[in-house]
Amino acid sequence: MSYTCTLGLRRYAFGDLKNLLAKASPLRSGDMLAGVAAATEEERMAARIALADVPLARFLQEAVVPYEDDEVTRIILDDHDALAFEPVAGLTVGEFRDWLLSDAADADSLQALAPGLMPEMVAAVSKLMRNQDLILVAAKCCVVTRFRNTLGLPGRLAVRLQPNHPTDDPKGIAASMLDGLLYGVGDAVIGINPATDSLPAITALLRLIDEFREQYDVPTQSCVLTHVTNTLRAIDKGAPVDLVFQSIGGTEAVNRSFGVTAALLDEANRAARQLGRGSVGNNVMYFETGQGSALSANAHHGADQQTLEARAYGLARRYQPLLVNTVVGFIGPEYLYDGKQIIRAGLEDHFCGKLLGLPMGCDICYTNHAEADQDDMDTLLTLLGVAGINFIIGVPGADDIMLNYQSTSFHDALYLRRLLDRRRAPEFEDWLERMGIADYQGELLPQGDTQPLLALAGRL
Amino acid sequence: MSKPTIVTPDPWLRLQSLTRARVALGRCGVSLPTREVLRFGTAHAQARDAVHQALDVQALQGELHEAGFNTLAVHSQAADRGVYLRRPDWGRRLAPDSAAHLAQQAPSLWPAAPKLAIVVADGLSSLATRSHAQLLLEALLPYFPELRTLPVVVATQARVALGDEIGHILGAEQLVMMIGERPGLSSPDSLGLYLTAHPRPGLTDANRNCISNVRPEGLPYAEAARKLAFLIAGARRLGRSGVDLKDDSDGHALLAGDADPPVLAAAPPA
Repeated sequence: MSYTCTLGLRRYAFGDLKNLLAKASPLRSGDMLAGVAAATEEERMAARIALADVPLARFLQEAVVPYEDDEVTRIILDDHDALAFEPVAGLTVGEFRDWLLSDAADADSLQALAPGLMPEMVAAVSKLMRNQDLILVAAKCCVVTRFRNTLGLPGRLAVRLQPNHPTDDPKGIAASMLDGLLYGVGDAVIGINPATDSLPAITALLRLIDEFREQYDVPTQSCVLTHVTNTLRAIDKGAPVDLVFQSIGGTEAVNRSFGVTAALLDEANRAARQLGRGSVGNNVMYFETGQGSALSANAHHGADQQTLEARAYGLARRYQPLLVNTVVGFIGPEYLYDGKQIIRAGLEDHFCGKLLGLPMGCDICYTNHAEADQDDMDTLLTLLGVAGINFIIGVPGADDIMLNYQSTSFHDALYLRRLLDRRRAPEFEDWLERMGIADYQGELLPQGDTQPLLALAGRL
Repeated sequence: MSKPTIVTPDPWLRLQSLTRARVALGRCGVSLPTREVLRFGTAHAQARDAVHQALDVQALQGELHEAGFNTLAVHSQAADRGVYLRRPDWGRRLAPDSAAHLAQQAPSLWPAAPKLAIVVADGLSSLATRSHAQLLLEALLPYFPELRTLPVVVATQARVALGDEIGHILGAEQLVMMIGERPGLSSPDSLGLYLTAHPRPGLTDANRNCISNVRPEGLPYAEAARKLAFLIAGARRLGRSGVDLKDDSDGHALLAGDADPPVLAAAPPA
């Protein structure tokens, strides 16, 4: 099927849905690198006009990546809930945008709709939306998940404490961890990116956090962000594994380049749930994603990077994850060139993930070869805060000395809390108050000799 | 008269001695103190400059010549930094005039089919290349006394894989790419080393061995040279570089946590 639009004397034709979606996507360097972007601004608008007229039901008939070739497509289509889709089944993409912005779409109706939406439908409608639309609709969504605390409640914001160290030095990691906790950070997860993938090292890090957590009765979860196969081995060895981490993408081929399949993720999800370590819930998966990963693995099938990112969420929701984190600016300027592109991508990812029913967080970040700086991160941080993001990342001073990029700081989280009155996960908030780190309103308290974590810091 | 205290200090400054991470920064209200905003801004500025400052090829060649090395300059198909950042694929291929120049000049400068060729490339930090490449070459001399007769190619707007084409034109048995790494906030001048045996276009990272973070504050020159010489000898024995070649030049230090008592559970809460 061909999609067309005539503007003045010029008739634009788009060979298939994949092509139409790519041409309709807001400008970004990755789509240009892939050779799938619109050639002109007018062509981009022509594609959007044509896309607005495509019935949502069309997406059930025309796969962006062939069903026969790709297990992500099969999961998306096989798991599609036709009954949940019913309320919007008769709409076009353009009408769907209008519906999402209307009062008919509220927290309850959006939650009920989520299983009826395909990632490609959500990607499509995002391409017709301005930043304020992405923010407004995402802010209506509410996705709550639980393990040792409750994440995603209205008016709440959680933070992953990311105490990385270039050589996994336990004292170095402990120092960043204590700094973060004393700044009231760590309710989403205490998660370390290890410098090595060796099993003894991974296990040592897991024990490091877990023994601390047990001793101080911290209502949060821990994670060492290593390959899923390493985590499975750690579980086998009896290591204290709370969450299973894995990077995933939107095609079977990119996942193969990551060394994962849906079957492997099924196995890991089952294994971690069987441990039964969660106290208030059993969402055990932690996924990271990011636009451009499929192209960088030469696994993009000619689709645009934003549509493929949404498809990664289609895979993620199969596992009812605790956390999904789009690491938006990490991949580099050949995919997202500057602050404008990173900001747009962050808002798209959050919107698409939330609409598909996922507990979305964002690593609001950039590398030093991207055209971006702290001002751009402040902008995206504020916008995602307004959009009701479930969690962000907390790194001491925003400077990750192991991964060599800039993320958000403990101070950034406090800024957002104060500006937007966002509170921490309730169980974690109570713990901070018990520990004398924050008061009943969540404001940090001055610290002195009676603070047990300071005594601990003194012994490191 | 003393000024009132505005910044709330963090009474855990001690943690700063345990990590380079920006811990115990203090706060004004909930925000970063001016001192840290300026410190961070300076580090970012240095990292940005490292990415965008062009490698002074003439000066570098002059210095290398002075040190007794025979060099030739080439450039990739990426015409400038903006293109280079957007099109990594173009940074992996030689510009046609550079390829022709290299093929034409190599026979008069260096032996045919050299056992080893070096590429000194800007990559993402010309600062790293300019600061460390020559000193590292000199640190390699004890292992390769003939190094001054071997090809040293200075390449600009270069990605790692550009070395494959250069090495192929030279007919080199092994190629070492010395290239500026993506600058970190506290490490704007890290040099990366990539060893590729039998270089030719079309190889992937699985065919290479990498030594990262070469700089005085990271992996010092002498240590980097020792590791590199070890890998080169290993690749020669094995007949290939890449994932099959392991860097066993030093035993991997055990994580301290493996043997020591747990760091964070030393005593019950006070």
